[in-house]
Amino acid sequence: MVDEYEAYGELTVEIAAERLLEVCRTLAGAPSSFRMLSDVTCADFPDAPGRFRLAYQLYSLETGARVRLRVWAGADAPEVDSVTAIWPTANWQEREVYDLMGVRFRGHPDLARIMMPDDWDGHPLRKDYPLGGEEVTFSDAV
Amino acid sequence: MPSDAEQTGTEAGIGGGFPLATEARGVLEVARREGRALTETERAIAQVEAFTPEEAAARMRLAEAPPEDPGIRKPMVINLGPQHPSTHGVLRLITELDGEVILDVHPIVGYLHTGIEKQCENKTYWQAVTLVTRMDYLSPYFNTQAYCLAVERLLGMEIPARAEYLRVIMCELNRIASHLVWLGTSGLELGAISVFFYTYRERDKALDLGEMISGERMNTRYFQVGGCADDMPKGFEAAMREFIGRMPSRIDEYETLLSGNQIWLDRTKGVGVLPVDQLIGLGVTGPALRAAGVAHDLRKAAPYSGYEHFDFDVPVATEGDVYARFTVRLREMRESVRIIEQALDGIPEGSHIADDRKVVLPPREELAVSMEALIHHFKLVTEGFMVPEGEVYAAVESPRGELGCYVVSDGGPKPYRCHMRDPSFVNLQALRPMAKGAYLADLIAMIGSLDNVMGGVDR
Repeated sequence: MVDEYEAYGELTVEIAAERLLEVCRTLAGAPSSFRMLSDVTCADFPDAPGRFRLAYQLYSLETGARVRLRVWAGADAPEVDSVTAIWPTANWQEREVYDLMGVRFRGHPDLARIMMPDDWDGHPLRKDYPLGGEEVTFSDAV
Repeated sequence: MPSDAEQTGTEAGIGGGFPLATEARGVLEVARREGRALTETERAIAQVEAFTPEEAAARMRLAEAPPEDPGIRKPMVINLGPQHPSTHGVLRLITELDGEVILDVHPIVGYLHTGIEKQCENKTYWQAVTLVTRMDYLSPYFNTQAYCLAVERLLGMEIPARAEYLRVIMCELNRIASHLVWLGTSGLELGAISVFFYTYRERDKALDLGEMISGERMNTRYFQVGGCADDMPKGFEAAMREFIGRMPSRIDEYETLLSGNQIWLDRTKGVGVLPVDQLIGLGVTGPALRAAGVAHDLRKAAPYSGYEHFDFDVPVATEGDVYARFTVRLREMRESVRIIEQALDGIPEGSHIADDRKVVLPPREELAVSMEALIHHFKLVTEGFMVPEGEVYAAVESPRGELGCYVVSDGGPKPYRCHMRDPSFVNLQALRPMAKGAYLADLIAMIGSLDNVMGGVDR
């Protein structure tokens, strides 16, 4: 565990990327039993050393407790372990992160693009991806 | 003699004449460029459509030739959607069939992807409200509520009790309207056409009420950071009371149409069941989870917006099939009516929006007389308001399950990152395990029972 703090009434735990699977396995089982993974998402911080910050929202059906795990994926060739083996719901959510942010997930069963077309170049949600990134056909004809 | 495929092919190896082949070739090209094997989804696409003229001809010959071993049956691959009347919008399913039995199904989404999350990062917080409204277009109130709750939590803002009650009223009305669309369309898909006309009659009334209070029927943008855009207009309460007074007998009508309908029962009972543990692992929430016996509802588990003040039940069924989801949603509409009734009875006096001039627009009438109000108005509209640094995940119980909004702020006037956890997107993953081994006709019932809204899936 790298860091842990509570802000806005929500608990956030930052962990090292190489311990992700181990921590997730512990949290998913008894006694903490975070059996549900609500959300996997990512934010891009181009100036930070780890650049891609993944956030996993865990939820316990028994107690209603929530905890957020945070992991930095690294700036060049960002990659973390896939948690699909623990929570199958991560399948599409990780695909979405891969598609839009370009973070790869080790051990993911089907890491294909999900939102963008398969032959799309780049990852639109990265901060260095321009807003008008898609070429507009015939824009010079006006 | 050249086959048909060879004749239509304009250039050898390009596969002209087979428009779908372009997509398959794109997939193969990408995989080759990246030097990796095809993923499961890519294989599914390529399998149906990897037609060069030579391949097509070979396949045709193969299909005509008697099988070497008559005992082996090859799966048939059928592409369902994205333009298909019973896939609830632009959902595309590549199904592998053995006769009528589904061997596997690969859902392909993304046809409605509009990059709303990217857009949010480039708009101020108050502008982004308009964008998130349009994600799941059948539950605009829930989208804005999740977003506003997240931003309000970052701001540390208390919103007036009257605003919370107004939010509850409109959300529950939205839940009824959304369930009515689900009931009408999923009935329609299974051949129960008349239900559609009945549900849309009431749904239209619900949209009228939305128009009364916000001026818009669909993407209302009624909730604002800090409260609601306006108070209830004159005549709204009476119209709402009339609506909820009529609703229970209308729900009885739907039940009469379907609950005793033998065809409906045959099509829905015992269809689409998954074990509870698998549903939880897949992250399924909302009516689909409650129909399997888990009484999980965020309005009870983690009350927001004052839901703890209302007396209502969480409908649960145990069978976990399509029929159970149907009964759960019908009972949910009844509970929503109860909640609206209590909210109308108990709505406190006060303002419909917080009195925080750094975040909330000043009242229109003040602009003509107060210099201060004009300055605040100008600052808010041009620059927006600053939100303290941090990150927040706020979740609400939408008609489809847990709708979460994850907002990261860098202290500026625009969200640094705004992500929606849409229940349609997550729940849709359950379709594949559900459909394996089922009949193709039941697949339609399953899609309907999950109630995915593709606008929410693709965002």
